[in-house]
Amino acid sequence: MDKHDVVLTVDDVAKHFPVRGQFLRRSGQVVKALDGVSFDLRKGETLGIVGESGCGKSTLARTIVGLDRPTSGSVLFRGQDVHSVKGAESRTLRRRIQIVLQDPYASLNPRRSLREILMQPYQIHPDVMPRNKRLDRVRELVELVGLNPDHMDRFPFQFSGGQRQRIGIARALALDPEVIVCDEPVSALDVSIQAQVVNLFQRLQSELGLSYVFIAHDLSVVRHISDRIGVMYLGKVAELGARGEVYDAPLHPYTSALLSAAPIPDPTLAGTRQRRLLAGDPPSPVDPPSGCRFRTRCWLAEDRCASHEPPLARVFDSSDREVACHFPLPLTAPTASR
Amino acid sequence: MTETVMSVRDLSVEFDTRDGIVRAVQNVSFEVLAGQTLAILGESGSGKSVTAQTVMGLLDTPPGRITSGEVHFEGIELLGAPARVRRRVSGEGIAMVFQDSLSALNPVYSVGGQIAELLRVRRGMSRANAWDRAVALMARVSIPAPASRAKDYPHQFSGGMRQRIMIAMAIALDPKVLIADEPTTALDVTVQAQIMELLLELQEEKGMGLVLITHDLGVVAEVAQKAAIMYAGRIIESGTVHELFTDTAHPYTRGLLRSIPRVDRQDAELWAIPGAPPNLLTLGGGCAFRDRCDAAIDLCGAERPSLLPPHSANTPGERASACHRREEVLSGQA
Repeated sequence: MDKHDVVLTVDDVAKHFPVRGQFLRRSGQVVKALDGVSFDLRKGETLGIVGESGCGKSTLARTIVGLDRPTSGSVLFRGQDVHSVKGAESRTLRRRIQIVLQDPYASLNPRRSLREILMQPYQIHPDVMPRNKRLDRVRELVELVGLNPDHMDRFPFQFSGGQRQRIGIARALALDPEVIVCDEPVSALDVSIQAQVVNLFQRLQSELGLSYVFIAHDLSVVRHISDRIGVMYLGKVAELGARGEVYDAPLHPYTSALLSAAPIPDPTLAGTRQRRLLAGDPPSPVDPPSGCRFRTRCWLAEDRCASHEPPLARVFDSSDREVACHFPLPLTAPTASR
Repeated sequence: MTETVMSVRDLSVEFDTRDGIVRAVQNVSFEVLAGQTLAILGESGSGKSVTAQTVMGLLDTPPGRITSGEVHFEGIELLGAPARVRRRVSGEGIAMVFQDSLSALNPVYSVGGQIAELLRVRRGMSRANAWDRAVALMARVSIPAPASRAKDYPHQFSGGMRQRIMIAMAIALDPKVLIADEPTTALDVTVQAQIMELLLELQEEKGMGLVLITHDLGVVAEVAQKAAIMYAGRIIESGTVHELFTDTAHPYTRGLLRSIPRVDRQDAELWAIPGAPPNLLTLGGGCAFRDRCDAAIDLCGAERPSLLPPHSANTPGERASACHRREEVLSGQA
């Protein structure tokens, strides 16, 4: 396998939250939001993370940028542990990893103008940019994300949803990050606006050489923007691989079911696709099934799936495909290479 | 199977707001046929939910106001009908499934009790019979262990299960028309597929007309036979789903279709419709889409295009587009 320039390594990260019992006492149970997640993010690539609600996508985002401390495991940015560096080093490191959140209505302070929102990163990290250059930089950022510099004194409520998401992106770019974690950045936007923001993400990536962890539940958006895809189920990575491979020839039964459930906007295909409807809902992350977590909804499950948890393992020596399944689906599509 | 069960004609609704009058729905007309699915597609603020609420008689007046229109159902005009008639029709004639099942269900009653109450009041069933029927309905929508789950409260169910309960309640009185307002938007992909499957199954079983309010082009393509696309309060294009998707006669529909990525193929760059939907407060004359339109001409600012059939469509009787250049858009020349 050729050596890639890895910017971020997520190494066996687990995050458990205590479950509150009666009268604020701890119940002793934990929600295993993340339970041993590992992957590398390479320079200039987009790693898409898909999965249903409760699979740990957002906890993963918060853990990568340092908003949540992992219960075990580590997040390394160019070899440095995001959660254990201290002081000035920690500040420098955190600049390099920024986040864009889902809800542009909730993630911007309603009392601050566009100018104040974008100046704030420099107040927190004053050594990045001398005081007299900051406003010029803010103006540049505003233009970079396609907003009107004449609107610098407007407040969030005066912007539309798509414009607010652009503000969130400009804020994330203020400190010249290398990695941006995008947590459902287009889910709250209308269809006609979504495409504008997706295109903006792609343009910024090619202009600035950014690496994205792009978390979303919309499978078609993730396919469009990602180079590689990680499929998560109940706090674990079920499958990881290049975009075309994962979408055209899924190995994990869950990936295949997820893809077959996604509607395709083409009436000529209606009824011609093979649909695999999963029964029921994902189980509770408080008490996940033994062995393989997907076995309770899987049509291929056997006794072994209940007793032995399948590890996420490389499928072929020569490729990047990794899958956590005892009985992966056969490779049929022509894009898959041995 | 092609009998019209409900028709909406020239419906207009406006809202009084602090900043002025918002014309949320203007001159909307459509027909719902038995056993058929009509999708009303639009982005937020396009008026699709207000249309559904008005048809259902759920519009808050004030601030809302119906300024024109008729809703015909089984020979009755509903908008002018007395409350007593309306009440009889809602549930039994036309029922609705809402997007947010958690706020649509009463949190302090068991779900079985809520379904049973409906049957006791409307069908005069005894407590025991109504409960049994509620359990049967929950079984019909595939809720596991319905007899014991009926005693549970809404918060004890997952989003998908709650949506099933909403559907059980909606079909309890065997309505002729079911209006589903974004029934799967809050749900995960795999659960969304289950719920759509259930809705279609019930539609076939009962021969209901289904009105599906949604913003999801994928869902429309997979389940609906006909669709009406709304923009800024008006229907701007309508027709059979197949034709709408393959032979588009309105630049907005065309832009929408180009701007969505697809799960089954790889596109290099997404087409993006520029700008944002117009403010309904400051909507002037002319076509509401003209500022974002790649085919706009001077006429578009001066005169609002009417919703008319394009002559060159395959089924002109079923097609309509509110675009001055509908023929050129349809033939690919604009």
